[in-house]
Amino acid sequence: MFSSFMVNTWLAATTVAAIAGVVGFFVVLRGASFVAHAVPKSAFAGAAGASLLGISTLGGLGAFSLLGALTIGWLGRRGRHDVATALSIVVMLGLGALFLSWSAEYASEIYALLFGQVLGVSGSEVLVTVVLGAVSLLAVATLYRPLLLSSATPELAATRGLRSSRVELAFLLLVALVTTTAVPVVGALLMFSLMIGPAGAAQALSRRPATAICLSTAIALCTVWLSIAASYLSNWPIGFFVGTLAGLAYVAARLAAAALRRRAVSVERLGAAGR
Amino acid sequence: MARPGRRLLLADAVSTCPPGRHGEARAEVLALDGVDVWLSGRKVLSEVSFAIRAGEFTGVIGSNGAGKTTMFRVVLGLEAASSGQVLLDGESASHRSRRSIGYVPQKVVLEPDLPLRARDLVGLGLDAHKLGVPWPSRARRDAVDEMLAGVGATSLADARVGTLSGGELQRVLIAHALMSGPRLLILDEPLANLDIRSGQEIVELLAGLAHGHNVAVLMAAHDINPLLEVMDRVVYLAGGRAASGTVGEVVRPDVLSRLYGHPVSVLDVEGRILVIAGSNIQAVGTLEDDLGEHRH
Amino acid sequence: MRALFEPGFFASTPVRTALVVGAIVALASGVIGVLTVIRSQSFSGHALGDVGTVGGSAAFLANVSPLWGFLGIAVLASGTMELFGVERRRGRDVATGVVLGAALGLSALLLYFDTTSTSTSGAAVTILFGSLFTVSSDLLPALAGLGGGVLGAVLVMYRPLLLSSVSSELAAANGLPVRFLGVAFLVMTGIGVSLSALAVGTILSTALLIGPAAAALRLTRRPGRAMLAAGASGLAATWLGILLAYDSFYWPPARKGWPVSFFVVALVLVFYVGSGSLSSARSRRARGTT
Repeated sequence: MFSSFMVNTWLAATTVAAIAGVVGFFVVLRGASFVAHAVPKSAFAGAAGASLLGISTLGGLGAFSLLGALTIGWLGRRGRHDVATALSIVVMLGLGALFLSWSAEYASEIYALLFGQVLGVSGSEVLVTVVLGAVSLLAVATLYRPLLLSSATPELAATRGLRSSRVELAFLLLVALVTTTAVPVVGALLMFSLMIGPAGAAQALSRRPATAICLSTAIALCTVWLSIAASYLSNWPIGFFVGTLAGLAYVAARLAAAALRRRAVSVERLGAAGR
Repeated sequence: MARPGRRLLLADAVSTCPPGRHGEARAEVLALDGVDVWLSGRKVLSEVSFAIRAGEFTGVIGSNGAGKTTMFRVVLGLEAASSGQVLLDGESASHRSRRSIGYVPQKVVLEPDLPLRARDLVGLGLDAHKLGVPWPSRARRDAVDEMLAGVGATSLADARVGTLSGGELQRVLIAHALMSGPRLLILDEPLANLDIRSGQEIVELLAGLAHGHNVAVLMAAHDINPLLEVMDRVVYLAGGRAASGTVGEVVRPDVLSRLYGHPVSVLDVEGRILVIAGSNIQAVGTLEDDLGEHRH
Repeated sequence: MRALFEPGFFASTPVRTALVVGAIVALASGVIGVLTVIRSQSFSGHALGDVGTVGGSAAFLANVSPLWGFLGIAVLASGTMELFGVERRRGRDVATGVVLGAALGLSALLLYFDTTSTSTSGAAVTILFGSLFTVSSDLLPALAGLGGGVLGAVLVMYRPLLLSSVSSELAAANGLPVRFLGVAFLVMTGIGVSLSALAVGTILSTALLIGPAAAALRLTRRPGRAMLAAGASGLAATWLGILLAYDSFYWPPARKGWPVSFFVVALVLVFYVGSGSLSSARSRRARGTT
């Protein structure tokens, strides 16, 4: 499991989990799960197109996640945000269907793009992942305060001169960047699980942003590490383990938070009654 | 469908004079008796008791967080009281009797693109609980038109509800709440976010309803002044406790100081009432104690 | 006429089935879609289509009709979403995401089993994209029955659903069971969406649910008319898309036909953008006259 062949896998997956945990925090805070699902799925369509045109998959992923993000931003300026996201996703997938209909062979590659191919990452791919991951983290660090403020209270951010449309665009571009980084490794559908489950769990447990981000990253890392190990041992697809473990983490955190709250309430109530 | 006996004729509501405002003893429409409410470990209402009668306009005055909305939710059965009881028409409130309360919630947010006209929303006030698709009927249409005229919103009938201004939306919501012919109309901060003139128009409309049409109106506000001229009774909420009576009985330094647990002065400035904190070192101490408790 | 309808259009059985299935899906999606958009539940609407595919692959493994797989998982998933999704919008968003994520994980596993057991590696593609032309006509009666059932249920609960979708505060003030209505609507959405995902693929199921409804909302201010307009424009997009796909059989580059999904989605997008320009032109004119 820890042979030299697997080193690349561990390295790439760890990078992806770290950025998923961090960016996922903002995704959940902004209530943007749909966007986090839509952009990777759009990127998938682009990858299909790229393989048809003979350009690199990464280029197709990048171009289409960017295009998807910009379409959401453009349609979302007039009209409901979730409608814009839904329309963007179907338009991108429609294009993907068109590209696929033009090409001859696709199936195994598509499965990998959707569900990931952690086992068998090449050295150059790892390098790209790590570099893009570092860029993503740098972008989050730069945008940290505007993103946090505008995600929590858009009105307050507006008084500080932060236009919510600008922050939204920056956020969409960030999701596009993260998508391009992660999809070759974990696949379009599982990047999404990795962004939502751990971050949702962390926000149920902690009310401090910094703690929640750390917690979210930690949960994402554990999820990925456990999944690689389980996938290696069972030969089942890693996507199954990532999806289920992330979901379980969320459910456990919600239950724990509810239990803590109940205890706090009964203690307070006892205290108040005793007064 | 048409219930002429119960439906309100509102066309002249605003201009009608109060008939015998302090005349014969009227039936109690709503009474709260020693109501306590706990919400997530906090005591939000404590020993709240008061009664209101048909044809009376009652203002519920209190700052944000005083428990006004919670009290309304208890009356409506959306929140349970941990002790005490709510009486409607002298009987313990049931799911059925609560149906006959008209309620205008605070902060109704309606998206601008909703495919719903003001008349559709008012119509839903009549029959939202009924199953099946509403068939256009003359009786329904007339009832809606009449109600819109009664609240002075005829010109808004075909506008999208999401595009109405604050004052316009309040009128439409009041019409919606009145469609079922309620004897008790509860409004949660209808004046919030309204300019002074629209606010005054809404107050006049509600006063006309109470005094001209025998509806008991219970309305929450954080400022007592816009209601002074029309209010028959006031329920003053502070720190989860309530004092009720006429304005003269309640808005006095001794009563309010007891309610706030902290000395206050009541100033009369050109017929407007100002309730301000009295200067007292003890008061500062209590405030800090309170903050300290919240931190735990 | 000859130029528009390629020869054999109406004689072809797959085309006729596609026209009928497309009509059922478009009409049901139009009605449910208007409420979905009003409730800001586009994400759930899309997610339930994706989730349905899990049931499809499970049914494939268990060797039962995919219909039951789609239905069962849709009811299960919509129930779970409501269970976790507290009233706050953000909570609902995460709950939907978590259910979708877990379901996608499960579908990765099921597809893996499917592909190893039968080595039909195109399963993922078929389930994701679907195609109107591959619907078997055996499914027709079940589709029509269930589509009609969902439509009927929405119409029976029309008024309570409408008010609770417009404003849950107002619905609660009217004594309506808001929570129950929410669960009931999501389950109906789940059934409707997963049926259309089964019949026309997840892309089209989302496109027909959201696009025509969002366009209709911009053009009419009456709820009933919005539903009719959404159903009608969805129907137009579907039929026109089928026609174009049929005509495209000899188009370059592959000369084996462009996918129906592409055409329908493109038409839906054109309708949506067009409705935006139309409504803003209308409001400009209204402002000009007053």
